Amino acid sequence: MKIAFREIEGKSQGYWGLFAVLAILAALGVGSALYMEHHGHIVTGMDNQIVWGLPHVFAVFLIVAASGALNVASIATVFGKTLYKPLNRLSGLLAIALLAGGLMVLVLDLGRADRLIVAMTYYNFKSIFAWNVILYNGFFAIVIAYLWTMMDQKGGRWYKPVGLLAFVWRLILTTGTGSIFGFLVAREAYDAALLAPMFIVFSFNYGLAVFLLVLMGFYAGTGRALGDKMVLRLKNLLGVFIAASLYFVFVYHITNLYFTKHHGLEAFILMNGGIHTLMFWVGQVVLGYLLPMAILFHPGLGNSRAWIALAALLAILGGLAQMYVTIIGGQAYPIDLFPGFEVSSSFYDGVVHPYTPSALELMLGLGGVAVALLMVAFAVKVLRFLPERLDDETVAALHGAK
Amino acid sequence: MSQPVRPEDKIENGERRAFLAAGAAVAGTAIAPGVLLYGMAQAKPADQPVSAKVRWGMLIDTTKCATGCTECVTACNTENSLSGKTGPQDSQWIRKVELKNLQTGARHSLPMLCQHCEHPPCVDVCPTGASFRRADGIVLVDRHICIGCRYCMMACPYKARSLVHENLTDQNPEVPRGKGCVESCTFCVQKVDRGENTTACVEACNAAGHKAMLFGDLNDPESEIAKTVKTYASTEVRADLNLNTGVRYQGI
Ligand code: SF4
Ligand code: SF4
Repeated sequence: MKIAFREIEGKSQGYWGLFAVLAILAALGVGSALYMEHHGHIVTGMDNQIVWGLPHVFAVFLIVAASGALNVASIATVFGKTLYKPLNRLSGLLAIALLAGGLMVLVLDLGRADRLIVAMTYYNFKSIFAWNVILYNGFFAIVIAYLWTMMDQKGGRWYKPVGLLAFVWRLILTTGTGSIFGFLVAREAYDAALLAPMFIVFSFNYGLAVFLLVLMGFYAGTGRALGDKMVLRLKNLLGVFIAASLYFVFVYHITNLYFTKHHGLEAFILMNGGIHTLMFWVGQVVLGYLLPMAILFHPGLGNSRAWIALAALLAILGGLAQMYVTIIGGQAYPIDLFPGFEVSSSFYDGVVHPYTPSALELMLGLGGVAVALLMVAFAVKVLRFLPERLDDETVAALHGAK
Repeated sequence: MSQPVRPEDKIENGERRAFLAAGAAVAGTAIAPGVLLYGMAQAKPADQPVSAKVRWGMLIDTTKCATGCTECVTACNTENSLSGKTGPQDSQWIRKVELKNLQTGARHSLPMLCQHCEHPPCVDVCPTGASFRRADGIVLVDRHICIGCRYCMMACPYKARSLVHENLTDQNPEVPRGKGCVESCTFCVQKVDRGENTTACVEACNAAGHKAMLFGDLNDPESEIAKTVKTYASTEVRADLNLNTGVRYQGI
């Protein structure tokens, strides 16, 4: 059966209101980056101890979510679930937009953001960071090609192979992102082979949460039909991904507890790390995993759109909390330069490093989110990304077609 | 002549002109490292090219290093135009670390600085190649290619690096530094390349009469440092990481 795609009208007050809010947030983000660029990182909460701050929390979240957002398309193309095929355009679009937003934050937070051309022309191929630059650029190219195979008749016969390539590429990309931390041998928090696969599972979770929220948002906003069949399938999938994330986090900490040398770090994250312990238990575990799982699997609440949206939002907040614990918590815990010694110095050796992000860093991070959403809001207005109707009959017909 | 022209400013301007002339951004940036290396080579006596035959190293005898003494730190700050401030956002190329053995209660004091690793994690992770290791073992940051991503700061096991968080004034023209770039101890490369073959911190420690630091060529069997490490026990900090550091310690 054929699915009709159509641009959204994009003339309503709601649309322009959303557009305006996002544009302001994006402008604030860019503005704070310019301010940081002018004054130097002295105006941020970052220092020589916490070298990656809130911007990295947002950037890495967006990049990880980007690859996860492509999941829906992959399920349709690679695993042949025709049911999801009407959603694969939005899936590809979100992937590109989230990655662009994340990279924007990453680049604007550089000490020398003006040297982007250097980052693009000088490569140290031993650096996983340099590989990531290539992976990100490749991701853009491949997903754009993927979208073309979906949207243009001529591209049709490439749809499967390009879809497969995109699927493989996104797995490598998330592995690469996770490995940025895995390569930091000296930092205990990142000394785990589990980090890369864990990031892949996180990406499924975060990507789908964003996808679901955006999907429901646009259909509610445009008044187009979106049936329960589709929503309930996606929300069940989200529940499974959240459970998988929880499982990986559990294994990660159990493994760390098994190695005596990591006991200090574990106690820090799990028990006495102040804000980091709070972020972990309340932010990541309760808000990010337990609560949304309870909602999604609840026989009553799990069928309500509003509650499903809340669960997706919580999963996203939990994801940001997870990034905070991983990135900031991992740095706050002091490097053990001299095992078996108590150390002190003028350079803050041996003490937990405090970090208070400035408003600039928050604005830059939110700016990245806004840019990503702005791209989506604009694209669905000018190109045919969203199916006209996804009511239960349409979905049932698709399901039958499978 | 109001302002001294820094060597790297000359390079930047030259590059910009070449860029305009060629009209190709890629060509412009691609020339930079060559120009820079040329500049470095010129800064040294012609008869002493940077060579892998040399491995500059440092040996620190913690039994001679005095608790509370910061002569090396002060000398470094003066030589390299660091402010000497110790806020969380200020650069510190060398710092004194006080240690207490949790088992025995023994106390030690020692200077901590870039260890000039033979296999430097900072160089491995640097996306642009701005962090590099010279043939003679000195690890440096090329401040014209550093994009300030701070990945090297995350990777360095010794917390040896600092980001320049604000605009700098009154700089030593021989020591290029700049806002937004990462920096660390250079083994006083400007002095080494002038043939002085010592560093400001070592000179200061000797002048203060402690003689706790020794600088020299680890590859030269006749040098004092090579002889000492051959005779007495010395260790690397975090030897388990197998980085073969150029800085070694005695007495811990
Ligand atoms: S001590 Fe740190 S900065 Fe110095 S060479 Fe080793 S890894 Fe690089
Ligand atoms: S901050 Fe500069 S020297 Fe350090 S890894 Fe990034 S580009 Fe390389």
